[in-house]
Amino acid sequence: MAGKVKWVTDIEKSVLINNFEKRGWVQVTENEDWNFYWMSVQTIRNVFSVEAGYRLSDDQIVNHFPNHYELTRKDLMVKNIKRYRKELEKEGSPLAEKDENGKYLYLGLCVFHRLMFSVNIPRRPVQPWIMILSHRFKKCVPKDSKTSSFVSQSNKEAYVISLYINNPLLIGGRKFDLRLYVLVSTYRPLRCYMYKLGFCRFCTVKYTPSTSELDNMFVHLTNVAIQKHGEDYNHIHGGKWTVSNLRLYLESTRGKEVTSKLFDEIHWIIVQSLKAVAPVMNNDKHCFECYGYDIIIDDKLKPWLIEVNASPSLTSSTANDRILKYNLINDTLNIAVPNGEIPDCKWNKSPPKEVLGNYEILYDEELAQGDGADRELRSRQGQSLGPRAGRSRDSGRAVLTTWK
Amino acid sequence: MLQEESDLSLIIAQIVQKLKGSNLYSQLERQAWASLQRPEIKLESLKEDIKEFFKISGWEKKLQNAVYSELSVFPLPSHPAAPPEHLKEPLVYMRKAQGSWEKRILKSLNSMCTELSIPLARKRPVGEQKELLNKWNEMGTDEPDLSLFRPVYAPKDFLEVLINLRNPNYENGDSLSFRTHLGLIQVPLKVKDIPELKECFVELGLNIGQLGIDDSTQVPPELFENEHVRIGQKVLAQQDSAAAQQYIRQGSPTALRAELWALILNISSQPEDVLYYEQLKTNVIQHDLLVDSLIYKDVKLTASNDDYYFVFEDYLYQVLLCFSRDTSVLSHFAFNSASPPKSYIRGKLGLEEYAVFYPPNGVIPFHGFSMYVAPLCFLYHEPSKLYQIFREMYVRFFFRLHSISSHPSGIVSLCLLFETLLQTYLPQLFYHLREIGAQPLRISFKWMVRAFSGYLATDQLLLLWDRILGYNSLEILAVLAAAVFAFRAVNLMEVTSLAAAEAVLADLSTLKVMPLLQIFLFATVT
Repeated sequence: MAGKVKWVTDIEKSVLINNFEKRGWVQVTENEDWNFYWMSVQTIRNVFSVEAGYRLSDDQIVNHFPNHYELTRKDLMVKNIKRYRKELEKEGSPLAEKDENGKYLYLGLCVFHRLMFSVNIPRRPVQPWIMILSHRFKKCVPKDSKTSSFVSQSNKEAYVISLYINNPLLIGGRKFDLRLYVLVSTYRPLRCYMYKLGFCRFCTVKYTPSTSELDNMFVHLTNVAIQKHGEDYNHIHGGKWTVSNLRLYLESTRGKEVTSKLFDEIHWIIVQSLKAVAPVMNNDKHCFECYGYDIIIDDKLKPWLIEVNASPSLTSSTANDRILKYNLINDTLNIAVPNGEIPDCKWNKSPPKEVLGNYEILYDEELAQGDGADRELRSRQGQSLGPRAGRSRDSGRAVLTTWK
Repeated sequence: MLQEESDLSLIIAQIVQKLKGSNLYSQLERQAWASLQRPEIKLESLKEDIKEFFKISGWEKKLQNAVYSELSVFPLPSHPAAPPEHLKEPLVYMRKAQGSWEKRILKSLNSMCTELSIPLARKRPVGEQKELLNKWNEMGTDEPDLSLFRPVYAPKDFLEVLINLRNPNYENGDSLSFRTHLGLIQVPLKVKDIPELKECFVELGLNIGQLGIDDSTQVPPELFENEHVRIGQKVLAQQDSAAAQQYIRQGSPTALRAELWALILNISSQPEDVLYYEQLKTNVIQHDLLVDSLIYKDVKLTASNDDYYFVFEDYLYQVLLCFSRDTSVLSHFAFNSASPPKSYIRGKLGLEEYAVFYPPNGVIPFHGFSMYVAPLCFLYHEPSKLYQIFREMYVRFFFRLHSISSHPSGIVSLCLLFETLLQTYLPQLFYHLREIGAQPLRISFKWMVRAFSGYLATDQLLLLWDRILGYNSLEILAVLAAAVFAFRAVNLMEVTSLAAAEAVLADLSTLKVMPLLQIFLFATVT
């Protein structure tokens, strides 16, 4: 029965609503029968919590995985990556190779070093550390010894101590970070797509590594939400550059090979982070998720993962931004809800190439395994520099990677 | 035959004269002296041996590049009896028009000066000097009050002057004939038509590989791109300016572009050049000029709001403020129809001994001037190199875009070329636009004056500027402008006002320049 898709959202953003309306979908409330729910992270917690006992039917799709926090909470991401590394080491995989200082050659992915619950900054640190809020939680104590209900007593905060990159790549003397969008339609087998139109977010204030400047939060934190309140924020370009600008600049000033290597490494980091959480992720077939990856590049052109956002901002700071986010949602919906029709979560989650829009296949585990798993190890070891990240010669292949 | 020979010897004499004063000369001399120690240099055949040594060690190549550079920049000498003004501009009426335009600009500058009671130049107090030195790398964060400053002129003011240019010796009668020019420019200069352009831009032909077309994702790189990159690397290894110029006509690979442009412009960053730049920087620190505020205002109005170039705001100040103080730029006025404005020390008006050029480099910036520098920031991140490249680009090309002259690459000729191409090959469109009061030049003028900077996407702009360097001519700007109109012709035919026509042509950021140029020149039925 071909009915109209019924949608609900608790995020009132025009880029979402315009996309739903353009498909002729019908808005309903969450208590009614809905097919598609674009929910905030708080709501997904409720939907999938043990108490709610929610059961999603075959024609219902939501935009988060139940335990996405395995990836998006910094402390859990660290845990998962460490576990993944240990597993690879145990298997004797060459990916887990370390150099003479004990540092991982290929898996030194991200900025986080240690998980801390108490503030215990090492004395005389060699490099500056910053504390990043990992998550807030309520410390709960039982109400009374007879019942099994709990009452929250205090708000606690868990922090992660992270290595501060004090040699970021500067362009025009400014610090910036990269925001890339990655869509995951399933974790097992892993199938993920990278949005071609990511962007760089520049600080409005000049970067200086002197410690007195560490207090100036406009210099160090590049999230637009904070930059917006700096005096120099510009509403026309919003302090943003497209990734293609970045590429042009780096190729022109640093050369093609190192630039291609950088982008290769960025893709590598993203795929490894997803692989690391894939075993623990609840691969609910009603779910897909669009993540916002924040990456920073140091002056040796090495990328570092800062964090992964499950709910990347859909607010638009400039006209270009609005267009980009609108197209992002459009392409995401085209992949997640094929043909814009009432979804059937049992489908194989393998959309035809034409609907990808600005997405490119980042990693498709099924395809990769079809080529033989040992190719991964061979080609990673003898990695050639610079595949053309933008070129696709065979349709359907994982185009962004030379390694599988 | 005799005439050619004497012409040639004149050219040689001039170039030798020019090079004798250059750094290269003293380096060659030093090298020649040093080579006497070498065993292969023998007293009997001193001259030939030293020449051989130069060839092997690559110094001959450097000399070749320098000579080639001079030939590209310096116009050919005219009749030996011609006065120096002829080198600037042979036509009297053009010189006069340029002169009165300059008077207007200077008047505007002086009146702004008087209104705001700001001196044209002043020495900075020591405290201010220290402050500026500290802030040198982040002048963009400065927020001086610029509300009272206005740009001295904008391109559209300049267009009005060009529209009113008339040759007093030319009379084409009152009756309209098919020869009557329907555009805005009414001076009879010779411009090329499409067959001549095809000959001139032969390397852009349909059966020749181009970067900007044949490196797209659908084309396998083995067909053209890989080989082209390989040749580019070879050209760079040889360090041959002339070869680089020929090579770049098919476009430059992004990774090689910075070096290729430096080679073509004959820029090598010597320690003396870095020192010179530092000297200019000191001048900026010590003295404040009124034009500095004009520069600030221009950058804030244009580049700071540009999606591509806002990142480099601080570099723009560092380049442009130094540029204003660079007196070596004055030498280009020998072949520029413009002349540097003169100012007089206070109280000594009219006394030549107290005359100075103002600004020191003789170039008064106008609205959009900073956009000449902005695209270069994508290629060079070292300030003194960036500065040198910009200065050379200016004295070779950009100055022609805002001075009145009859030169084929001058803005007047470009406007006429644009209008003629449109009128000849798209007559229906031209006539329609003229009828609705939307003369095409009114829209395309600003593109050409800025060499399309800020209108095209940066990668496309750089491909376009590759060709400017390759052909040593700005005519391609006029051809591109016409090609853009041709591309949007269908939409333009439906508009009924100037505003609507502007709207159709407001956004060029998605255009791909090489296919447009190729189609217009080589694939349009004429």
